[in-house]
Amino acid sequence: MQGSPTPNKWIILGATSAIARAFARQCAEQGASLLLLGRDLPELKRIAADCAVRGALDAQAMALDARKPGQFQAIIERLKTSSDILNAAVFVGSMPEQAAIDADPGLIDGVVQDSFTGPARFLHLLAPLLEERGKGTIIGVGSVAGDRGRVGNYVYGAAKAGFATYLSGLRNRLGRKGVHVITVKPGFVDTSMTWGIEGMFLVASPEDIAASLHKAVVKKRNVVYTPFFWRYIMLIIRLIPEFIFKKLSI
Amino acid sequence: MRWKNDELRGWGGALKTQATLARPERHSALKATLQDTPCPAIGARRSYGDANLATHAIDMTRLDRFISFDKETGLLEAEAGVTIADMLNTFAPMGFMPATMPGTGFATLGGCIANDVHGKNHHLAGSFGQHVESLVLMGADGKSQRISLKSKPKLFRATIGGLGQTGVIISARLHLAKCPAGRMVVHERRMEDLDAFLDAFNASRADFQVGWLDMTAKGIHMGRGIMEEAHFSHDRYIRPKKARAVPFNAPGFAMSRPVVKAFNWLYYKRVPEDGRDVERPLHKFFFPLDGIRHWNRLYGKRGFHQFQCVLPDDEAPATLPLMLEAVASSGLASPLSVLKRLGHGRGGMMSFPMEGFTLAVDIVNRSAAKGLLARLNELARHAGGRVYLAKDSSLEAAYLPDMYPELADFRAEVEKADPSRAFATDLVNRLNVRG
Repeated sequence: MQGSPTPNKWIILGATSAIARAFARQCAEQGASLLLLGRDLPELKRIAADCAVRGALDAQAMALDARKPGQFQAIIERLKTSSDILNAAVFVGSMPEQAAIDADPGLIDGVVQDSFTGPARFLHLLAPLLEERGKGTIIGVGSVAGDRGRVGNYVYGAAKAGFATYLSGLRNRLGRKGVHVITVKPGFVDTSMTWGIEGMFLVASPEDIAASLHKAVVKKRNVVYTPFFWRYIMLIIRLIPEFIFKKLSI
Repeated sequence: MRWKNDELRGWGGALKTQATLARPERHSALKATLQDTPCPAIGARRSYGDANLATHAIDMTRLDRFISFDKETGLLEAEAGVTIADMLNTFAPMGFMPATMPGTGFATLGGCIANDVHGKNHHLAGSFGQHVESLVLMGADGKSQRISLKSKPKLFRATIGGLGQTGVIISARLHLAKCPAGRMVVHERRMEDLDAFLDAFNASRADFQVGWLDMTAKGIHMGRGIMEEAHFSHDRYIRPKKARAVPFNAPGFAMSRPVVKAFNWLYYKRVPEDGRDVERPLHKFFFPLDGIRHWNRLYGKRGFHQFQCVLPDDEAPATLPLMLEAVASSGLASPLSVLKRLGHGRGGMMSFPMEGFTLAVDIVNRSAAKGLLARLNELARHAGGRVYLAKDSSLEAAYLPDMYPELADFRAEVEKADPSRAFATDLVNRLNVRG
């Protein structure tokens, strides 16, 4: 007779974002354990309680600020004692308006820390644990904004592009050890980040995006555009020659 | 908090307004928004008329977390944006469900409380608000308090069915009912006319009852329809698949008289003459239209009105024929018309239910609709009945005190809770609900 299968634990960075919340909920419904990380601890606790009611084996909340890498090690130590299959999903990132950045270039450091170096440092500490166990999945959420620098949000785009390249390398490293890394590039999603912004189209719900992430885990996809048609939209955008692109404001 | 400019419409689509909307995703953002710009909270926008319309509003649908659940007692605490379908999907597999559910699973907890909704088991289970143990209410100043029937009886009864006028409902604790199975056995039989229908309702002992009316039938067929009586089966609950959607507004002729007449005839005849038993999953029985998202688009761009009233038992047999006659001869009837028995259960001062029969009719928004609605409202008032504000788009403000005998108490309590009138909605202004 076989014992019950080893449970999955999902470590979710930036768990208060709308997509992360939907993703965590779906993990809970599958009976996974959850460790929710982010800056807003009262809100994380609300999400953890929700996940517990929805069937999570266990749901914990801990404070984590992508700009304070000094906090990371304590969380890693705690995970070392867990016998679950460890998985991580990274949703952190920040997108101040480009005009605000133009007025105060000092903001660039924060964007890069939130969207790239913070999560990269966390994953770099976590990776040996997964490597050692030889299983698990890491999901890194990038953005279609990282595929090409555009006048409207190129600092955010640059940070996300850096993160995507990091994930590509991490996949190269961990893939040979049985750990799978997925890069996700969502298009426009109906969240507080896009609420009330003019010019949004083909806006997807956070629940649909989260469901596509779960599907990508099962199918061991490498780079996922979601909804799927963004792959083609971005293909076209990437194919526009630079001498034309530089004159566009799309 | 960023605000979004958008057109707000009631579910019927006949009433609309240009609005500025906030949609906080965190508790702290809700509080900050309210302190900055006090305005009404809205949910899934399933009210048909203008109960959910205002020039500024806070969309509560992203504050939709469960807070706690006791598997022994069935006591659930949840944020106001949680939907009825979410509750059913989550708790039915654990053997629990909301004690009473409205006809759509998209409705939010906050909306169900603010409209004190009822379901197909109202005669046994009472209204939604009667199952609420306590709730957290946030005032225009951003301060919240937990209230219950015991701790603040007047404020609590002004909040249940109170159209959001006492403050923003943040969360509630409510008693779920046992859910013995995932499917219902539904007994369907034809009702030849209105008398047969009323007799069948009066004789029925079923836990769940609802009648579909063919509002195009005239003469000796007037009031014919299908009676559905249901009880729980024994299979387990299976989550519904994602629903298909009506992609765009249908052309005007989709709800024209011959189309509706033909549809209704077929719908009536599909049930064999001697009745039948069918098994349906819970969600199909309780939320028959949720299987088609945006079904309201079938009425086209101009939309529709829903008239729903309740008539006391002794007046219903005389008044219902007059109402059916008025609708049938107008040619504005749609296939969606429901007759149901209500019990006396009501949770608040402005709750809709009273013992008697309730009639709900969808009316296509053509030019003649206004006159028809005025006639129906007048008939309801004359019979000592009441019009359901969650559905209303056409009532006379002057009828309100007759229909809602606790209106004066409600006004007094709301005046105390929200002296600056921050939470007034279009409906509240149109019907002078606050006096």
